[in-house]
Amino acid sequence: MPGETPHIAQPSRRAFLRRLTCSLMGALGTGALGLAFWDRRGPLPTVGAQAADPLPDFRLPEKAGQLSIGHGADRGQTLAAAVHALGGMEAFIRPGDRVLLKVNAAFATPPMLGATTHPDLVTHMIRLCLQAGAARVDVTDNPINDPASCFELSGIGPAARRAGARVVLPTEDRFESYSLAGGRLITRWPVLTQPLREADKLIGLAPVKDHHRSGASLTMKNWYGLLGGRRNIFHQQIHAIITELAMLARPTLVILDGTTSMMTNGPTGGSLNDLKETHTMIVGTDPVAVDSIGAGLLGRSVEDLPYLRMAAEAGLGTVEYRSLDPVESG
Amino acid sequence: MSIITARRISQIFFVLLFVWFCVVASLGERWWQLRGWPVNWLLQLDPFHALGIWLATHTLYKGMLWGVLTLALTFVLGRFFCGWICPFGALQQFMGVLGKHGLKPAQRIARNRPHAGQRVKYWLFLFLLAMAAADLIHFLCSSASHTPLLFWGGLAAAVVGFVVLHVSQWINVRRDVALAAVALLAGGLLLEWMAPQGRWLAASLQTGLLDPIALMHRSVNLVVVPLVDAPLKITSALPRTYPGSFLIGALFLLFLLLSLRMPRFYCRFVCPLGALLGLCSRWSLWRIGQAGDACTHCLRCERDCEGACAPAETIRISECVLCLNCLDRCGHDVMGYHLAPSAAGESDSPDLSRRQVVVSLAAGLMAVPVLRLDGAAGADWNPSVIRPPGALSEEAFLARCIKCGQCMRVCPTNVIHPAGLQSGLEGLWTPMLNFRVGSSGCQHNCVACSFVCSTAALRPISVDERMGRGEFAASGPLRIGMAFVDRGRCLPWAMDTPCIVCQENCPVSPKAIFTRDEFRPVRDGLHLVRAVEGYTLVLQRTALRQDQYATGDYFCRYADGRPRPIVANGDDSLTLGPLPVWSRLPGPGQPIELLIRLQRPYVDPTRCIGCGVCEHECPVQGLRAIRVTAENESRNPYHRLVLA
Repeated sequence: MPGETPHIAQPSRRAFLRRLTCSLMGALGTGALGLAFWDRRGPLPTVGAQAADPLPDFRLPEKAGQLSIGHGADRGQTLAAAVHALGGMEAFIRPGDRVLLKVNAAFATPPMLGATTHPDLVTHMIRLCLQAGAARVDVTDNPINDPASCFELSGIGPAARRAGARVVLPTEDRFESYSLAGGRLITRWPVLTQPLREADKLIGLAPVKDHHRSGASLTMKNWYGLLGGRRNIFHQQIHAIITELAMLARPTLVILDGTTSMMTNGPTGGSLNDLKETHTMIVGTDPVAVDSIGAGLLGRSVEDLPYLRMAAEAGLGTVEYRSLDPVESG
Repeated sequence: MSIITARRISQIFFVLLFVWFCVVASLGERWWQLRGWPVNWLLQLDPFHALGIWLATHTLYKGMLWGVLTLALTFVLGRFFCGWICPFGALQQFMGVLGKHGLKPAQRIARNRPHAGQRVKYWLFLFLLAMAAADLIHFLCSSASHTPLLFWGGLAAAVVGFVVLHVSQWINVRRDVALAAVALLAGGLLLEWMAPQGRWLAASLQTGLLDPIALMHRSVNLVVVPLVDAPLKITSALPRTYPGSFLIGALFLLFLLLSLRMPRFYCRFVCPLGALLGLCSRWSLWRIGQAGDACTHCLRCERDCEGACAPAETIRISECVLCLNCLDRCGHDVMGYHLAPSAAGESDSPDLSRRQVVVSLAAGLMAVPVLRLDGAAGADWNPSVIRPPGALSEEAFLARCIKCGQCMRVCPTNVIHPAGLQSGLEGLWTPMLNFRVGSSGCQHNCVACSFVCSTAALRPISVDERMGRGEFAASGPLRIGMAFVDRGRCLPWAMDTPCIVCQENCPVSPKAIFTRDEFRPVRDGLHLVRAVEGYTLVLQRTALRQDQYATGDYFCRYADGRPRPIVANGDDSLTLGPLPVWSRLPGPGQPIELLIRLQRPYVDPTRCIGCGVCEHECPVQGLRAIRVTAENESRNPYHRLVLA
């Protein structure tokens, strides 16, 4: 009614206090949360994760500079003979060791085309390691083609499993952002480190292949399969990256399988006409020396492969393999 | 002064302030140009963006803290922002006032009745927030392992606090809300433990699509200002163009026209900011309502009720925008703004069912991981999407960009424009560069866009960092892309025509475009000599245009001598320059060859910063003969093109 003072209903005290609490909690809570999460600087340019621990050095000092060269068409026999000439697998593997075999599974091609490590070599290597008392043998690589397809089609996966080893696929969680001490290219780069950190001994197994960019793909180029990310960018400085890879991975032993060498159209090949039966198996602890011998199988000299000299100058081995008195193991 | 007048003054003030910020967002030192004007203040006051950023980045960047003030005050006062500050709301209210002329009171009341569609804005609000929520969920759940003391301690304190307050009846915690919170936390912790690098939790900030302040900035800056200012030339000497702005303008117009029919259409049905403020205003200390029981249901209060909250009956508090028209219109002194709830009763929560809430939230949480499977922010990235300098890498960028268009507005060369679907659905209206439009490429010494970005989607960079000087000399200049010469279209490469405008305009030193000289035979350029007279060769049977070869680029070669420049020609003669001296001169009947000297451009990938000036200046106007794409952009190391 006009003229009457409106009667304002008194709020129930309880209801009002409840509302007051919620209102103040809301206001103060908002303020507190806002201040707690307040960021005055904003996002910084992506610096990347902090450097990971250095990878272990898998070399055995007492076996430094040892080389043996086997000849023959049977990989099992030539491998066994060459390893025997260096003291047998027992000289390298202690009982209980976890062994990692870094193979070349880069391409999803059948073994007879010679673009990948031959499954026979993988089989015999695993057997030798297990016979020497290894607790576990893992086989790994970060292929170029689809990883699962590569391990199957190359025959390495089935061979490894039949021989009692485990195939370790390059899943994302097995890479870490790694910076090589003294490296210029491998800085904060995804590297397949987890299998290496879980191993006691590292053995590289590589076929002999022509490579149009680097001149040859032998044991040192094999470590390219430890890189992740868009690693094709390193082809712009291929010899520098191969040298750095040889600094990154210091293996116990390397096997260069020259039973069948890919003489042209490398590294993928694709025809039996690209291959030549060179019937040579080189086993050693100096990858630079091993590669120097391997270059000869392709008809190339040390000068044709600049990364060999660069690696030798970096103290990673010697190109004068004759000075190491390689043992011819028949 | 009546309260309505105060409200109108406030609305007009903020609209004018908004217009002023639109005007001054031009690079320059005059008082009506950017200088230090806080052109982002209205965006920063918007708590919806602050909430979205907080969820999507677990931080609250710099000026976004202002939103906390708005939200805190909303808890106490109600939706004052909607009724007194929001310029889009004011604009719609004005359209509604225009639209009410000629309507009878009953019609005016009818269009202000509560509508079931008002719940749509809450769905949109929940959906958009859920899209952004994944990062905070991940952050909180991962802090269970990174900072366990803080996490479990804080959680225990919060649980104890809520339980105590609930038991002592200071607050009332709904059982389903509590269960949902527990389920979310447990689910998040489980996912964290099982798959810390999983793709389930991905955050995308899409609040800018529907937020009214962002919409207002985008629409006015990219559509209205270029249209209005073209003759006035206050904000820009050259007319501004924004490819992709049609949709923005059309939507703006649509919502304004809809407000003619139904006042504050956007506010009632679409605005997710209104939904947020509505949810927070349910506990406000002061609220609109009836006092006493003197209401006669004359419904005069509802003639101009902006929020469609039914003040004459059970008032829907979360819809009330504090326009205070009901206070003004009520002839019986019943309506007031006071501490007590309305005597006619109030419903303080929006009309949402639990199912609607769950569906909205779940849809938002699932939408982003599914969107990311497209790969647009990953492997299938679109190289023609060139982001402004200072942009974060794509996933981090999409978690911050509110699509306000400020960077597009301030860019002095007008090369930034709103993306359509080029960068995927998430990238709608995010900034990308188009070097064919605008006055120049992306200026090498300009950091205006990153300076003006209120959310650090374009992080703040200094000119030194942009240009790679001073402390940034080791890392070099910031790159936004790489130029590629299209040799099939380039004039010196494909058409035997001299040019190299691209090389001239390259701003870095040494230039990223360099040239190699080449002499190419001119078409029909073989001629036989009739006679030699001093420096002039008279030719047999020719009909040359006067001085067609005298442009300074043409040369003449005889046998194995070095080419000599042609300084003049008649219809059957060529006059050569004195140097280089030919050891033998051509005799009658001997052939000479006309050559054009071409400088052919090459891009040096170690120096190109992708600024696009070359593309802008290229005379091949259609598909440019040198084009920038986003390879080698600094913001993403996976897009690096060259070592060193």
